[in-house]
Amino acid sequence: MKSEKVRVITAKPSFIEYWKEVFDYRELFWILAKRDIMVRYKQTIFGVLWSILRPLISSLVYVFGVNKIGNLGANSEIPYILIILPGTILWLFFSQSLLNISLSIVTNNNLVAKVFFPRIIIPFSSFFLGLLDFLIGLIVFFGFSFYYGLFPEIKIIFTVLFVVLAYLATTGIGLFAAVLNVKYRDIGQLIPFVLSFGLFISPVLYTTDKVMGDWTYNLYVLNPAVGAIDGLRWALLGEHAQFNWDSFIPLVVFCIVSVFISIRFFRKHENSFVDYI
Amino acid sequence: MSVIEINNASKSYVIKHKLNKGNTLRDDIVNFTNSVFRGKKASKKELFWALKDINLKVEQGDRLGLIGSNGAGKSTLLKLLSRITAPTSGEIKITGRMASLLEVGTGFHPELTGRENIYLNGSILGMRKYEINQQFDNIVEFAGIQKFLDTPVKRYSSGMYVRLGFAIAAHLEPEILVVDEVLAVGDADFQKKSIGKMRDVSKSGRTILFVSHNLTAVESLCNKGAFLNKGELIDHGPIKNVINNYIQKVSSFKIKQEWIDISDAPGENGIYAKRVELTSDEGLESGIQLTTRIPLKIEYEFWNDLEGANLNLSVFLYSMTGECIFNMANESQSFSKGIVSSEFRIPGDFLNDGSYFISLMVVQDGLKPLFVFDEALQFDIHDFRENSEYLGKWPGAIRPMHLKVKSWQKELAE
Repeated sequence: MKSEKVRVITAKPSFIEYWKEVFDYRELFWILAKRDIMVRYKQTIFGVLWSILRPLISSLVYVFGVNKIGNLGANSEIPYILIILPGTILWLFFSQSLLNISLSIVTNNNLVAKVFFPRIIIPFSSFFLGLLDFLIGLIVFFGFSFYYGLFPEIKIIFTVLFVVLAYLATTGIGLFAAVLNVKYRDIGQLIPFVLSFGLFISPVLYTTDKVMGDWTYNLYVLNPAVGAIDGLRWALLGEHAQFNWDSFIPLVVFCIVSVFISIRFFRKHENSFVDYI
Repeated sequence: MSVIEINNASKSYVIKHKLNKGNTLRDDIVNFTNSVFRGKKASKKELFWALKDINLKVEQGDRLGLIGSNGAGKSTLLKLLSRITAPTSGEIKITGRMASLLEVGTGFHPELTGRENIYLNGSILGMRKYEINQQFDNIVEFAGIQKFLDTPVKRYSSGMYVRLGFAIAAHLEPEILVVDEVLAVGDADFQKKSIGKMRDVSKSGRTILFVSHNLTAVESLCNKGAFLNKGELIDHGPIKNVINNYIQKVSSFKIKQEWIDISDAPGENGIYAKRVELTSDEGLESGIQLTTRIPLKIEYEFWNDLEGANLNLSVFLYSMTGECIFNMANESQSFSKGIVSSEFRIPGDFLNDGSYFISLMVVQDGLKPLFVFDEALQFDIHDFRENSEYLGKWPGAIRPMHLKVKSWQKELAE
């Protein structure tokens, strides 16, 4: 007999027990993430090339569209693709992670209904896919930036901070959506719809200084994607982008509050998933 | 030492009887606003106790068989023990690691290969990576999939799929193993392996929880039993006592019906039922377990109000699913007013195990049905086997053991 540990099952497990158990299952966290990554490009011809094609094609289409429709890019000092790319890869990370987290419980319903493990591992592990794409997108960005002779400054290390913040913001929204989606599948319909709006209210196709001075600006900065994209541009574009406290502070506040509340919300409902799924 | 201790565990579900049907957010909002602004009740709530105040201790090394009819709460109890859902109240203490074969192959991803799925599934079931590495070869050998290790499991046959799933779960080396109806799957050879594995597990002093509808299998594998009915624990203790108790209390026996007075008796067109009874030559005491071996006798009597009528009195035997297994009748003959008595024998080793019901029919002149007595008798026949390693359901509607299969060696022709 190895583990003589006594496990007590009650209606409400204690806080410490809960996180200890999540830690015990850390291997599963990696395994599920690995599964999502391995499965993703099975039976495709282009395979992992898709991770390069997606941000690249989106950015090229945006650059083309923006050049044709508005003159948003006319006064920038650097090639427009360098401004569009960070926004695009962060937006793809944000939207993809949000979608994956929201649907994660329902898509893994065979696991949820049959075996026990801390449910929160499922949404936590489902952002890896987006992270991988983000890293590949960064490589694409550096390709372009070296080509145009723009070399990163030391503040590039803050990239990590903004990815983490973007991830936390996604988790904050995503956990709510994941729980609600168990009972109301409407959420699965709603999220892609909301994301298609989000593209226009976030600085993906434009930069934040285009909105500054407008009366909508105070509302605009409340969008957590704004803070994350502004921050990433600042970290990547050297002297060509300014740090924006207006969007950074709302982002940090949003992350702390939403993650805290949504994890509580998730814990409250996770034991009843199987009864509704 | 008790490895499982269940104290007052209950699980309830709220069943909503919706007055306005629907299951989307929109419907809930409409119902909510209706209930707030118009005082209309959107739904009627009812509390359903799937398990109520269960108290049970399982000692280390016990092989506990959970028995009960469908809906008794067996699966809910297993779900609580394996922590898939939490109890509404009460607590359960479990010592040691528990693995369940509730649903083998859980979490297999069809696109991944057998090898990848062993790691995936092992982790999901709570194995550490080094443990999987240790057991890897045993798992592959047990499942018999050496050749297909690098084939995606979506190309596996269903048998291979189940075998692999079972092999992984069986090699978890849990202190407590939960087995639910796995005997229903796989071929004889695989079942033999599975039962062997379960015996190994129990010999090494570990605990098994076993759920099956097959009482023979439960009786041969378990030493303790727990009998659940409608969410309550009716009885627990040595397996023999529990099974006997179960048979007496639950089986839907209707082996005798009798009417003293013709005015109460069911019937029409001058034919009224008087007595119908299932017995055997030795007589059946109530609560006895009918097995496939026991020869049965069906006796039935009707009051006949028709003078000189030509009557056929026939017996229909139906399986529980409503298929007619056979219909036999006497030769048409003339009866005068009074009581018509019949007797029909079913030899032992003829019917398969299962639930059956019997209907009777009286026909005049070979074509005019006078009276159909539906579901006159109802009984269960339990499995009986000797010298058989196979414990799965014996297939077929009947089991005519006297029809022997003869086999012999044939020389190869030069």
